Amino acid sequence: MSLISPWRADFPGILSLHDEGQTYLDSAATAQKPQAVLDALRDYYSRGAANVHRAQHLPAQRATQAFEGVREQLAGWLNAADSREIIFTRSCTEAINLLAYSLDIPWQAGDEIVISALEHHANLLPWQQLAQRQQLSLRILPLSAAGEIDLQQAAALIGPRCRLLAVSQLSNVLGRWNPLPALLELARAQGALTLVDGAQGCVHQRPDLAALGCDFYVFSAHKLYSADGVGVLYARQQAARLLRPWQFGGEMLSHTDYQQASFLPPPLGLEAGTPPIAGVIALGAALRYLDGLDAQAVARHEAALHHALLDGLRQRPALRLLGTPQCALASFVVDGVHGSDLAHLLAEQGIAIRHGHHCAQPLLHSLGLPGACRVSLGLYNDGEDLARLFSALDNALALLQ
Amino acid sequence: MNPLPDAAQTALEQFSQAAGWEQRARLLLEWGQRLAPLSDAERCTANQVQGCSSQVWLVADGPAGASQWRADSDARLLRGLLAVLLARINTLPVSELAQLDIADWFNQLGLQRQLTPSRSNGLHAVLQHILKHA
Repeated sequence: MSLISPWRADFPGILSLHDEGQTYLDSAATAQKPQAVLDALRDYYSRGAANVHRAQHLPAQRATQAFEGVREQLAGWLNAADSREIIFTRSCTEAINLLAYSLDIPWQAGDEIVISALEHHANLLPWQQLAQRQQLSLRILPLSAAGEIDLQQAAALIGPRCRLLAVSQLSNVLGRWNPLPALLELARAQGALTLVDGAQGCVHQRPDLAALGCDFYVFSAHKLYSADGVGVLYARQQAARLLRPWQFGGEMLSHTDYQQASFLPPPLGLEAGTPPIAGVIALGAALRYLDGLDAQAVARHEAALHHALLDGLRQRPALRLLGTPQCALASFVVDGVHGSDLAHLLAEQGIAIRHGHHCAQPLLHSLGLPGACRVSLGLYNDGEDLARLFSALDNALALLQ
Repeated sequence: MNPLPDAAQTALEQFSQAAGWEQRARLLLEWGQRLAPLSDAERCTANQVQGCSSQVWLVADGPAGASQWRADSDARLLRGLLAVLLARINTLPVSELAQLDIADWFNQLGLQRQLTPSRSNGLHAVLQHILKHA
């Protein structure tokens, strides 16, 4: 089976790394960018930068039009009802912190926030800290053996005091899709708000938020083949009404004197200060690039690559996979071999994978592991990347075992 | 410049003859294996260096004014890196340690990449710890 990525040549970064002898298999941390994104960044700056929303001059009109155009584009891409549901932040982490600080509901001590055992620190710590500030109870949904949120236990844990369910779509460690429709239904039945962390998921499956029906959805641009410094928060219109300004400054107000101010409604009321203009414009280019691809061909390629990855890992009996990954990535440990030794020797051979806790310390701890190695894929990876990984793994294990 | 300590001289000879990553890795594993382990009591939280993805313990151990350390890790290659670090710095007067260009030492061994201040590698944190406590 040939595993050639027809899109590889669109990504100068992957080609450069390859020329340098580096095999990039860490796309779950950040993805390489297509030429279209690099061009968009260069064009914006080289044609003349300007700040958005305020000035009357031509460069500002052009920047504002491009910037707001991406809001429209995102609403379409996410299948949101209205572009006002799209709020730009500086990262996915900031988007979740925005919610934790600006969500204005009458919390009562003992109210519950429900997350899952596999959340990234970005979807754990903002809620853990909010729970501490408001004397709320943070409840943790346990996982099935395969590595997804266990629905039966979730049904028992999402109770009448649940005010917010915050779960990720696709785990950055276990690579499994969570059963979102059923989980969101459980939360809605209790009248709770719902947040889906799409940081990993949106890269491998275009979100349809009208179908999903969550109140909030977050992701970051840099994992979606665009520039870093941009996060996106989708807030369904009714839910957006619960959000109060959390950062204050330029652009987000309708009127102020020295003592009092009134603020704009979302999205602008939640976007204080100069936003990441170039990055947002680049995200527009990334979405156009992705829209121009044959989505089914991409999905087939990613599935074939993932299948080959799992196959190769399973052929090496020393390796123990974490859970049963479905998509995009696989994490593993080798009993008797320290993950950092393995990662060290893979790095020596030009294989860029991760070892560590992947910003999910409690998850790794609950699995009884100090860390794990993670291989993660992008649409530009190919069969040769995997062949180099496997040969490097064999070399490393020959030394370490 | 004072002559290298004997152990450092040996390390330099061995590593400078190593051709390629595989031989360097074998040498690191050997040096790690020879590094005397710390006792269970010494592998305690108080001796643990923070900021490493592997566990690393450091014990200052020697007459006042001299730099004398013992170290251990649960990762084998890191034990090797600790061994060649200690080979260079142990027995040095503290005044000399402060002057020492450690990056250059790892450079001479062909191990400069291991010194990056990234969290994936403990060596940088170990050095900071030693310089702070010297």
